[in-house]
Amino acid sequence: MSAQTVDQIFVLIKAWLMGHVPIAFQPIASAILSVAPVLVVFPLLFAITTVLERKGLGRMQNRYGPNRVGPYGFLQPMADGIKSLTKEDIIPRSADAVVHFLAPLLLVLASFLAYAVLPIGRNMVITDLNAGVLFFFAIGSMVELAVFMAGWSSRSKYSLLGAMRAVAQMISYEIPLVLSAIVVIMATGTLSTVAIVDKQAVYTHGVAHWFLFTPWGFVGFILFMIAATAESNRSPFDLPEGESEIIAGYYIEYSGFKFALFFLGEYLGMFATSGLAITLFLGGWSAPVSFLTWIPSYIWFFLKLLVFIFVFIWVRGTFPRLRMDQLMGLAWKFMLPMTLLNVFDVGIWHLMPHGILRWIVCTAVLILPAMLLSRTLNRKQKLQTRTYRYAD
Amino acid sequence: MSPLTSYLLLSAMIFSIGLAGALSRRNAILVLSGIELMLNAANLNFIAFWRYGPNPAALTGIMFTIFSISIAAAEAAVGLGIILAVYRHTRNTDLDQMNSMKG
Amino acid sequence: MTVTFLILAALTIIGASAAMGLRNLIHCVLALTLGFVGLAMLYLELGAQFVGFTQILVYVGAVAILSVFAIMMTRSAGPHAEPALSASWIIGLVVAGATFAVLAWAILSSGITAPATEAPDVSVKQIGDALMHSYAVPLEIMGLLLTAALIGAVIIAMPQEKTP
Repeated sequence: MSAQTVDQIFVLIKAWLMGHVPIAFQPIASAILSVAPVLVVFPLLFAITTVLERKGLGRMQNRYGPNRVGPYGFLQPMADGIKSLTKEDIIPRSADAVVHFLAPLLLVLASFLAYAVLPIGRNMVITDLNAGVLFFFAIGSMVELAVFMAGWSSRSKYSLLGAMRAVAQMISYEIPLVLSAIVVIMATGTLSTVAIVDKQAVYTHGVAHWFLFTPWGFVGFILFMIAATAESNRSPFDLPEGESEIIAGYYIEYSGFKFALFFLGEYLGMFATSGLAITLFLGGWSAPVSFLTWIPSYIWFFLKLLVFIFVFIWVRGTFPRLRMDQLMGLAWKFMLPMTLLNVFDVGIWHLMPHGILRWIVCTAVLILPAMLLSRTLNRKQKLQTRTYRYAD
Repeated sequence: MSPLTSYLLLSAMIFSIGLAGALSRRNAILVLSGIELMLNAANLNFIAFWRYGPNPAALTGIMFTIFSISIAAAEAAVGLGIILAVYRHTRNTDLDQMNSMKG
Repeated sequence: MTVTFLILAALTIIGASAAMGLRNLIHCVLALTLGFVGLAMLYLELGAQFVGFTQILVYVGAVAILSVFAIMMTRSAGPHAEPALSASWIIGLVVAGATFAVLAWAILSSGITAPATEAPDVSVKQIGDALMHSYAVPLEIMGLLLTAALIGAVIIAMPQEKTP
């Protein structure tokens, strides 16, 4: 089997299966055959990630993770799945039943829809939309509504507080997220994810044209990943859902399978934004160096995705949680000016002639303001004097 | 009935529903939502005429709609800011009771 | 009048009517969001992809959340003793009904027909070119307007310091 065949094996399998379907059902069958692998693979990845995360965090905290179920604890997701399916589904009496039921559904729906524009391999995208990146962000903004619905419908003070914080955080970080992606759109001139990956899959001197290897792409990538961590309420931005802060925030009143659906939605959102970061900055399914292109494209995509998952787990185990005002200050005072500067930078990059001067100028335009900004923001703030109120 | 007529009728219906809500409800935020619905109905009209009109290549309908969506969002933000400021002053959002210029 | 159009139209009208008719304000905003999603799908049905996704991004992702925040902050979210409808609600319904009657009569009696053209294939690049060339001045005015709205909304909604 040549490398080409292994690379395109799923496309060939789908074409072979479509040959057996009568003409009248071709569109439906094509859609189902494209969507079913995503519906199978990503929840499986979610299950593996839960156990990887718990074991990874455990090792970073100098303890074993779960190690009872299966060899080295790797069948833990099955135990978790059985537990969440068989738990009693408690709905608070004063909860708004319809909205309480619909919130996890909307979350999971929005999280799954976002995979429709991610190219997982060469010629392996569910739909090549002309406005693919815009579709991704539009669907991502529906998650905020689902989070609010979950928090409000539970009619509990903690869940409402958690939902308000989560929604404020998500809308604040949506602007740096979109602006960091705008840089790539400016450089490629298209919103289609397939075209963006194709522009990065060319090789000069054996090295690929990933946007990560440019100054604006590197800074854009870092800003995008910080915003993506905040968008999916992951640590260190998980104040709305931290267990020690607010007892799980907006999904306190959910039990059983709906709780599992919330976790599924959150992790799927994490994978989807990682997938978009891979598509925009890391060249999608392309290899970094030209002598490694014999490895199939989907293997590259999942390798990069696994690296991202590992980095997410690593960051969770390393950094302390950010306070709400620090979180919002980071979004509005640091990331927004940096993303705007990045947009300016890619303009300079595009208009300057090729050469070493372009690299120096663009890097300087980004690094110097970043240092100045972080120094002014970290100056000692004059906080109010503490007043203590005693219980007498 | 051609497809254009059906879209125009749908747009007219949404417009009247928005108008009914804006004129009949007591809460200021719902009046604003009614106005948003009316703007959306007008957008649907624009896109329907763009699609079924004589010159879709000129993109006039799409441009108008993009600008209309942006303006509607800005207007919603400012309108809700005004409602918040009035609430801070009078402690309620009931439009029937906001009938004096004093205070 | 395809099946898709009928389903989407029904969805939008149900959403809009529920938004204007329900008692609980948060339910109203959620139904309004359903109406917005229905309208976005109608735009996609008409072939305007960019506008459809922009509608979801702006209306569902921003305007609905803003309305919900405003409802929370003005404490209109709980059960209320006062009636939901204004004192002059009958006049409102009559005026809306009359408006719809006039519009429907104008549409149906105009005899407007749609030419049987293919859906135009609009790429985002064409929209971008139009924004930068033919519609550059409106784009700049929009930027100015959005900046003014941003500053204005922040100033209006800012809590005022109590004067001693």
